[in-house]
Amino acid sequence: MSTQKAQKIVNDFVITFSTINGSGSATANNTLLRALFKMGIPVSGKNIFPSNIQGLPTWYSIRVSKQGYTARLAMDDIVVAMNPVTVARELKYILPNGVLFYADHIQLPEGRSDVTKYPMPVQAIVKEAAVPSELRDYISNMVYVGVLSHILGISLEDIRGSLEFHFKGKQKPIQSNFSIVEKAAKWAEQNLTKRDPYTVSPLHKTADCIMSDGNVAGALGSLYGGLQFTAWYPITPASSLSESIIEWAPVLRKDPKTGKSNVVVVQSEDELAAIGMAIGAGWAGLRSMTSTSGPGLSLMTEYLGLAYYSEVPVVIWDVQRVGPSTGLPTRTAQGDITSTYFMSHGDTQFVMLFPGSVNECFQFGWQALDIAERLQTPVMVMIDLDLGMNQWMTKKFEYPTTPMDRGKILWEEGLQKMLDKRDGDWGRYLDIDGDGIAYRTVPGNQHPQSAYFNRGTGHNEYAKYSEEPEVWERVMNRIAKKFETVKKYLPKSSISHMQDARNGIIAYGSTDPAVEEARDRLKKQGILTDYLRIRSVPFGKEVEKFISDHKKCFVVEMNRDGQMKQLLCANYPDHANHLVKTCHLDGLPLTAQWIYDQVSFEGK
Amino acid sequence: MVQPTTDQKTNKAGLSRMDYKGTPSTLCLGCGHNAVAAQIVSACYEMDLIPEKVMKFSGIGCSSKSPTYFLNRSFSFNGVHGRMPSLALGASFADVTVKSIGISGDGDTASIGFGQFKHLVRRNLSMMYLVENNGIYALTKGQFSATSEQHLALRRQGINPFTPIDICMEALVSNATFVARSFAGDPKQLKELIKAAFKHKGIAVLDVISPCVTFHNQESSIHSYVGGKEHEVALQEISFVPAREEITVEDFEEGDTREIVMFDGSAIVLKKLDKDYDPTDRWQAMHKLEEAQKKGWLLTGLLFVDEHSPDLFDVYQMPATPLNRTPNEELRPSRDSIDEINKMMF
Repeated sequence: MSTQKAQKIVNDFVITFSTINGSGSATANNTLLRALFKMGIPVSGKNIFPSNIQGLPTWYSIRVSKQGYTARLAMDDIVVAMNPVTVARELKYILPNGVLFYADHIQLPEGRSDVTKYPMPVQAIVKEAAVPSELRDYISNMVYVGVLSHILGISLEDIRGSLEFHFKGKQKPIQSNFSIVEKAAKWAEQNLTKRDPYTVSPLHKTADCIMSDGNVAGALGSLYGGLQFTAWYPITPASSLSESIIEWAPVLRKDPKTGKSNVVVVQSEDELAAIGMAIGAGWAGLRSMTSTSGPGLSLMTEYLGLAYYSEVPVVIWDVQRVGPSTGLPTRTAQGDITSTYFMSHGDTQFVMLFPGSVNECFQFGWQALDIAERLQTPVMVMIDLDLGMNQWMTKKFEYPTTPMDRGKILWEEGLQKMLDKRDGDWGRYLDIDGDGIAYRTVPGNQHPQSAYFNRGTGHNEYAKYSEEPEVWERVMNRIAKKFETVKKYLPKSSISHMQDARNGIIAYGSTDPAVEEARDRLKKQGILTDYLRIRSVPFGKEVEKFISDHKKCFVVEMNRDGQMKQLLCANYPDHANHLVKTCHLDGLPLTAQWIYDQVSFEGK
Repeated sequence: MVQPTTDQKTNKAGLSRMDYKGTPSTLCLGCGHNAVAAQIVSACYEMDLIPEKVMKFSGIGCSSKSPTYFLNRSFSFNGVHGRMPSLALGASFADVTVKSIGISGDGDTASIGFGQFKHLVRRNLSMMYLVENNGIYALTKGQFSATSEQHLALRRQGINPFTPIDICMEALVSNATFVARSFAGDPKQLKELIKAAFKHKGIAVLDVISPCVTFHNQESSIHSYVGGKEHEVALQEISFVPAREEITVEDFEEGDTREIVMFDGSAIVLKKLDKDYDPTDRWQAMHKLEEAQKKGWLLTGLLFVDEHSPDLFDVYQMPATPLNRTPNEELRPSRDSIDEINKMMF
């Protein structure tokens, strides 16, 4: 025992749960995740699931990290095997001298004598409990919660606390689940001897943090941003964003007069209609958004071209998954970067925001609505399945720091003042302030001169149909000017330096934790890096400076073709030779190890 | 902008006919769509509408150009092909006191926009959805549309092998609450049906056979002026009576009239030409359309109406005040709520 104590590994390991889709394992996994978080230990959870409702293998990994690292690791320290079909595969992913917990009805393959193996009498414990037979499968996962709690040292009180939260205080399910946990923990106490080094111990590192996923955060941020209308069509991995609006709107946005939520939600017949509705609402003066993923965004592109050209504010969340085509619908990617940048036919531009954490999903949720109305254009918020659907430890949400910005909108009085000041000269697309942004009116305005004809066909400054060559060019150039003006409203890149670093890393979105961890590891090897995290497109001046200041910039991203690198090359051709394509896509979140390998190989 | 002048005749809203006009039509001389636009202007003038209380929507095609030719003082949005319904639906939530007119064509509604059309009908948005149906693609110079007659011969296309889609039938099976057909060559009936459709609470589908004089005016076709006139069978003579006006039935024989009271108290008075026809019976409407199709009639009139079904805003329990005038402070939750939210994020 004494030698094992010397090797004790505290608060620094990965557990992967291998279960069968639809068996209710999410409850068990979330229960453990929450209990660890409650103990003050930094955690992250990642669900690797199939496009299936019931029956196929599914994995859930919890990373426990005293340093606060939340990126995915490729290998497991501990595996909990509940699925006989995949156990041979799981054994291969266990690190040397790791641990396997397995349901004792599973026949283990030969080999891996280095691994400590703990059986769990899942069927016996469930059978013993007075649980209705139809609930047995769901509740059987609580056996590993109990066994693991005992072996790793998670207090049962914390487990109970997370069950209380999960079942919103409903005693019946709490009790039936908790009774299994208790039985299993007791069984472990009486029958298992701890032979592995892994253990947890309370820390105080989660006090300023919350646990949430990006889709919930995006929904909440939008509600704090005054969202009034959303139309959506179900698609993995974006659905839970709209569903969270449905869940939270009645809580946060109850109209004091009517007692009802003042947010309209429409489930449309497809994405073609979702974007049409969202654009209609945005045009008519509502704060409007939709959320989708790659295939849906492909369908929305024609309407978004019209919104760009006729200058309609609308927000679109793209929770990216692996494409092209149906691709890997339940796996993560950053693969819609170039297609969104160049979306729709003709000359177009789109504002893109890249939240890099769940906290930023909240922040960009309200900011996106402000930017869309300020600029009168579609704003794309680009996240991915990993950020959108997985549970992340993140900083507490902060109340919006600036008042709501409704942009240049004229109601009756404002329009009259404008007309008086300018001898009656107002046009919907007239650049009065010289910043490229015109003043708009919206339906319902009762001023007899407020109305205009919104069209995707050529139009002049007064919204009149025009095919005049110089009018077309003038209007398009004026629209382009807006995208210079917008830069002061966009979130700037976040930059962190290491003294004497010659090389840089450029990344965006969900890869941030893997990049930060890789930089720490590189530093230990004497490889110093500066880091720029892109938070918006069009790029700010700081991006060009960062690229020109560094001999090599590794553009880290989750796609095959280096899409952000392509955009950077197109924007800064003079510095293109500084940029190093550093991309990888297999459907799984990037690991720090992979980034480390690329940068240490090239970056010395 | 046009302001009413004292020497012009004005309606009860104090507006002259000029206040309802659009810019001059750029469609072909004699196009049925121009007749439709003219009747919309007349109907709106006679209904004393405030132009600022109307929004216009359209998709793509000759038909979809026509919102330019009426109600210059109303907001308008010309969307993408076949996807005007979603646009109108989203915009309508902004201000429930503003009523929508959607103008579409047979290509826009019965082909690319078929799904959106049927889903708009199913949601029962209070909106006049008027199809200018000429049975042809005209803006692209004469191809078959989904409502072209079977065996129609076109110079560059040959002979149409397929049966046409009946827009009224499609509306009926999707539970539309107002379905009517009219003919651009019958302006009197058209104007009264426009008024009724505009006042209807719920979706009002008005399929107007509107001849294309350039590409599809063959006299054998009901989509032509001559063919339409020859084959028109009207179900009723229709008069629209605004709310608070005495309904006088002296023009009608006893027992032959039927009065349908609309949501706002106005009424459609129908002098029944087909004595047994009941326009509140959906099944009968479908049966009648089937008969008309077999006999080669251009069946016009009010096919079906249901004034009692909840419309989209009833379903959503929308307040009467415009959503797009909600003050900012009612749109952002209070500062202290953020702590509560953070407590729940675990």
